[in-house]
Amino acid sequence: MNAFTTNQSPQPLLSVENIQTFIGQFHILEGVSLTVPANSITVMLGRNGAGKTTTLKSILGLTPPREGRVVFDGMEIQGKRAFNIANLGIGYVPENRAIFRQLSVMENLKLAERKRGDLEQHADFIFDLFPDLKRLYKLPGNHLSGGQQQMLAVARALVPDNKLLLIDEPSEGLAPILIQQMMEAIRKLSATTTVLLVEQNFIMASQLAQRYTIIDDGKSVHSGLMQDLAQNEELVHEYLGASVRTAKSGGEQ
Amino acid sequence: MPEPTSTKKISFRKIIRRESGFLVLTVLLGLFPFVMNLITGSGLNDGITKYWQGQLIAFFIMAVLAMSYDLLIGYAGILSFGHAAFFGGGAYTMALLLTHWGPTFASRYRITIPGGTDITTLIIFIASLLASAVVALLIGALFSATSARLKGAYFAMLTLALAEAIHILAKATDFVQWTGADEGLHGVPIPAWLNPTQFRLRFYFIALAFLVISYFVIRRFTNSPTGRVIVATRENEDRMRMIGYNPATYRTITFLTASLFAGLAGAMYSLWNMSATPSMTSAVTTVNMLIMVILGGMGTLIGPIIGAGLMQTLSQFLYNFFGARWPLVFGLIFIFIVLFFPYGIVGTWRLKQPDLKAGWERFRRLLGSKPPEQQ
Repeated sequence: MNAFTTNQSPQPLLSVENIQTFIGQFHILEGVSLTVPANSITVMLGRNGAGKTTTLKSILGLTPPREGRVVFDGMEIQGKRAFNIANLGIGYVPENRAIFRQLSVMENLKLAERKRGDLEQHADFIFDLFPDLKRLYKLPGNHLSGGQQQMLAVARALVPDNKLLLIDEPSEGLAPILIQQMMEAIRKLSATTTVLLVEQNFIMASQLAQRYTIIDDGKSVHSGLMQDLAQNEELVHEYLGASVRTAKSGGEQ
Repeated sequence: MPEPTSTKKISFRKIIRRESGFLVLTVLLGLFPFVMNLITGSGLNDGITKYWQGQLIAFFIMAVLAMSYDLLIGYAGILSFGHAAFFGGGAYTMALLLTHWGPTFASRYRITIPGGTDITTLIIFIASLLASAVVALLIGALFSATSARLKGAYFAMLTLALAEAIHILAKATDFVQWTGADEGLHGVPIPAWLNPTQFRLRFYFIALAFLVISYFVIRRFTNSPTGRVIVATRENEDRMRMIGYNPATYRTITFLTASLFAGLAGAMYSLWNMSATPSMTSAVTTVNMLIMVILGGMGTLIGPIIGAGLMQTLSQFLYNFFGARWPLVFGLIFIFIVLFFPYGIVGTWRLKQPDLKAGWERFRRLLGSKPPEQQ
């Protein structure tokens, strides 16, 4: 944990510098900057529609930024094609359970291999995080419940040796008990990889992440250590007011 | 640890169990000429037995063509309307080489094996077959490269246009001395030992072997990791990009595989008819393939085979009953099949199979022949 208290490590694993992204004619990101130090969890906070998902997609090249720089592991990656960026060691877990429904759990995982034997190598780790998947190994994806699909989507990003995981709203639509399991899993996997997380659930985010960046209206407006944010109620209310309340009322149920 | 994830150990017992339907069909088709011969008493190489062998030969070849089309539209979800170009390309290459190159080659060289047997015609045949495959692959690469950035209707239109260009090339009077233009090539001098009129039974088994081998190769392809990637790409291209696959690469692989088998089917068809005509490259041929694939069930592989068989036999029966108006009746039957079997015959069957199985189980329990068993 010491690495994070020394604020900025000299060479973050990922740094995004003032990116501008357009989707069609719409100017979605109007200057997002953030840094993700290695071996930590960084969370992106912000209201719905603020541009968090677009930021993840811009990093991966699915919606390439028109301006700005994205530096991953010392290399500029903006403008590269999405599959090339992914192959550099970035795993992406999109929202809405993006698995392949026509393939079995095994085939879904096998598909994510970058080199032969990736799955065998990481199988123990994956099944330790998500024991359910072992039981469902041969079932087709469309037989899985929503929570199981979400777990499979996360597990798929763990098959190859990814240096960075981009995880978009892993708790969305999950039952409270599954949220706990998912949090535990993300905490465990962050021991070996770096995570950039998008999370609406402020409680979950504050318990998991060491660093935060707030995105508002397509711009990054604040970033720093999570422990400072948790004490700064003004800031939380200004930018996350609505989402904090829903997170709290959700937690009380 | 998970189950062994790779399919390194392919046990024959497993293949036989999984492909039991196809293997039974193969055995039945293998026995067919002899059964016909027993029932009708007509010789193996004449009369009605010979006639129906001919019908089935056309079916075998069309089945391979339909399977190759299924790879594109069923497995990869690429709705290409230019499949006739591959088929015609293979057919014309075979016919052109056997007509214009084979005789010249045979008059100059004579190739024998140590025993003294003359294998010149065999060499010509094999070389022409390989050339057909290469030409089909080249056309496939052309299609794949020119259409890479197009989607949906624009893509379909471009493939149709490319196929029409090849159709026009086949009909062009500029090349009449080679291609026969509108007439096409007829009386192609195919190797005497392969003559489908003289050696009908032999050609029957060659065509059957062509179907069986093609089926297993294509099945191996769709079950391979590459095949799974193609299915996953059909489901969602962006998700494939996210995990590091380039969809364009797999699109090209599918195009090349499909064009290879379509080209080989074309070569076989020109051997069977001893001709190559412009109609083989026309859009009507593509539409016929589409009907076969939809009838049988897209993305099932065995479906297009059944679709091709139905179309081949049904059209023959309907022609006997209704004469020249048979397509009208066939169209009505097609409409009803699409209405009642929306996923094709095999596709709908697979969808309903669990219900049928459960129903059969309930029936057996009702009869008390088996103690209730919870699955």
